[in-house]
Amino acid sequence: MNLRRDVFQAIADPTRRAILLLVAAQALPAGAIAANFDTARPTVSKHLQILTECELLKAEPNGREIYYQLNPEKMKEIADFIEPFRQLWEERFNTLEALMKDYSSKSKES
Amino acid sequence: MTQKTKIQAEAGKQELVITREFDLPVALLFKAHVVPELVEQWMGTKVLKLESKPHGSWQFETTNPQGEVVFRANGVIHECMPDQKITRTFQMEDSPFDVQLEFLEFEALTDTTSRLTMHQVFRSVALRDQLLQLPFAKGLNWAHDRLQEVVSQLIEH
Repeated sequence: MNLRRDVFQAIADPTRRAILLLVAAQALPAGAIAANFDTARPTVSKHLQILTECELLKAEPNGREIYYQLNPEKMKEIADFIEPFRQLWEERFNTLEALMKDYSSKSKES
Repeated sequence: MTQKTKIQAEAGKQELVITREFDLPVALLFKAHVVPELVEQWMGTKVLKLESKPHGSWQFETTNPQGEVVFRANGVIHECMPDQKITRTFQMEDSPFDVQLEFLEFEALTDTTSRLTMHQVFRSVALRDQLLQLPFAKGLNWAHDRLQEVVSQLIEH
């Protein structure tokens, strides 16, 4: 299983993104999260299950209820995910810059 | 060293935007994108064809040290406005990935500095995310090796 791709599939859904934003402020039980959406309660539960499975959310029992909170480490992984791609372009562009500086000084000499 | 290249890739969107400011006049930044010998050096790939004009086409090929082709890509140039804009398509050959659309905008910031904004549009969100994972193991090392090679060539001059 490709966990990274799952994380991206998880955040590709607008309701799941809204849930993440909601619990970013504070840990909430499923009922309180569902109250924020027009979608049916089982649909919200399914979203919570997907987010928990890919570790974007942590489920913590608190009394009789389960509170959902954001997993900051996993969220960071999403940000880092772009990093190798960014570095690839950074290196290409650094080369471009060095190359064209050299090119410019050579054309001035001639 | 500060990192000058920024990537904006919003979750759930089938596009991404790469921006970079260069310590180069816009004319030189543009030239680096249209002169095949220059593109070859900074992209680390062989340019088989690069017709920088509307209805023109391009094809790049990369070989490993053993001379085997490891990557080939091609596309069509839709617009080419000197020092301003290039609109083109990009597709990897022999890959299952659909073509992507690229808008490159060149801007002069001052007489000696410029900015490139590269807007890439993919067929789907899933495809964008899949492509973002590609340069990882292999591509990244390869780009790094090329960088060192080009830099050492520059020093020798």
